[in-house]
Amino acid sequence: MSYRVVHYINQFFAQIGGEEMAHVAPELRDGFVGPGMALNTAWKGEVEIVKTIVCGDSYFAEHEKEATEQILAWVEAEKPDLFIAGPAFNAGRYGYACATICNAVQEKLGIRVLTGMYEENPGADLKNKVLMVATTNSAAGMRKAAPTMAALALKILKGEKLGACVEEGYMPNGIRVNFFEKERGAKRAVDMLVKKLNGQPFTTEYPMPSFDRVAPNKAIKDLSKATIALCTSGGIVPKGNPDHIESSSASHYGEYCIAGVDDLTAETYETAHGGYDPVYANADADRVLPVDILREFEKEGKIGKLHDYYYSTVGNGTSVANAKKFAAEYAQKLRNAGVHAVIMTST
Amino acid sequence: MVKEIERAGIPVVHMCTVTPISMTVGANRIVPTIAIPHPLGNPALTLEEEKNIRRKLVSRALEALTTEVEDQTIFEV
Repeated sequence: MSYRVVHYINQFFAQIGGEEMAHVAPELRDGFVGPGMALNTAWKGEVEIVKTIVCGDSYFAEHEKEATEQILAWVEAEKPDLFIAGPAFNAGRYGYACATICNAVQEKLGIRVLTGMYEENPGADLKNKVLMVATTNSAAGMRKAAPTMAALALKILKGEKLGACVEEGYMPNGIRVNFFEKERGAKRAVDMLVKKLNGQPFTTEYPMPSFDRVAPNKAIKDLSKATIALCTSGGIVPKGNPDHIESSSASHYGEYCIAGVDDLTAETYETAHGGYDPVYANADADRVLPVDILREFEKEGKIGKLHDYYYSTVGNGTSVANAKKFAAEYAQKLRNAGVHAVIMTST
Repeated sequence: MVKEIERAGIPVVHMCTVTPISMTVGANRIVPTIAIPHPLGNPALTLEEEKNIRRKLVSRALEALTTEVEDQTIFEV
């Protein structure tokens, strides 16, 4: 008899649709769907996906409690030997859903879990709690991710001891595992140093923990004298997207003048974002970037001034390094312009 | 991005729907919004009702900016 697995995937990998279908509620299907086929093939009959749960990414993010309850009920009824979610690559909501649902299945039902995603995915925040395979940042990495996940799943199911994260392909989870390196420590250290001196990429064996937190700044004393700026990761741009900001993995941001603009309309603004259903933002971009209300508050004297420029990029698969670079740059511009506070909106 | 703005010395409020992600990225002042594709609107309502909601959310964001915080804080609406 083969081991039984329940697999969780999103609406995209189930081929229901893209962002326009991200609102779909959870659904239970028999057998494998989409990427489950690659896992099933790799297991050669030793393990079988008995059910696949499909859920829209926005649905999960917006109805976490209901979705989790429904999915837990289905998994509990099925009593699988292992629960697998994803892989989610760099899809933020999908990764968050995979990690969250795995954590719930593990904690509430005591069933073992496995997921996979890119290390910068917000879902990877749970890597110390949920076993996750490190994948590339796009679904093109499925060919590599599926066999790694399948092999790891088989080890878990057979009760075999897992090796170190670098051997098995999972993300470091804070648990140390001893193993023998092929090269001596001194040689590895010198190799690393030589690579570093030559400006070549190298991987440290002991990454420093990163606690990159910035303490909150002092509150604004008098709003009626404050200049407030708007920024967004929701991709709001003047109609036609003059700077050609990419719909995903944005390589730059836009700076747009809104002096004299009282309202964003379907004729004048739109979104460049490819990671959510754009219908609502295209019809009325104030739904993402509230220029109309801030202009109103400015006229009433509630705020001193709405800053003449807003800054926008697309936060869809955009690397943390790029996002950091964009904002560090425009934050200086905002500072030089004497802006007192910022409202950042995200989709 | 919120962290870089904060680092530059400018107080910032993050308005978003998936607040756990906002916590992860390190926003200090957070206002939860309506839905992912329309954080500050709701197409199911009339234009006027929608504006009322947006007014309320933006007012809350301004309140957050005038409130001293010591740690990451979610300003429920």
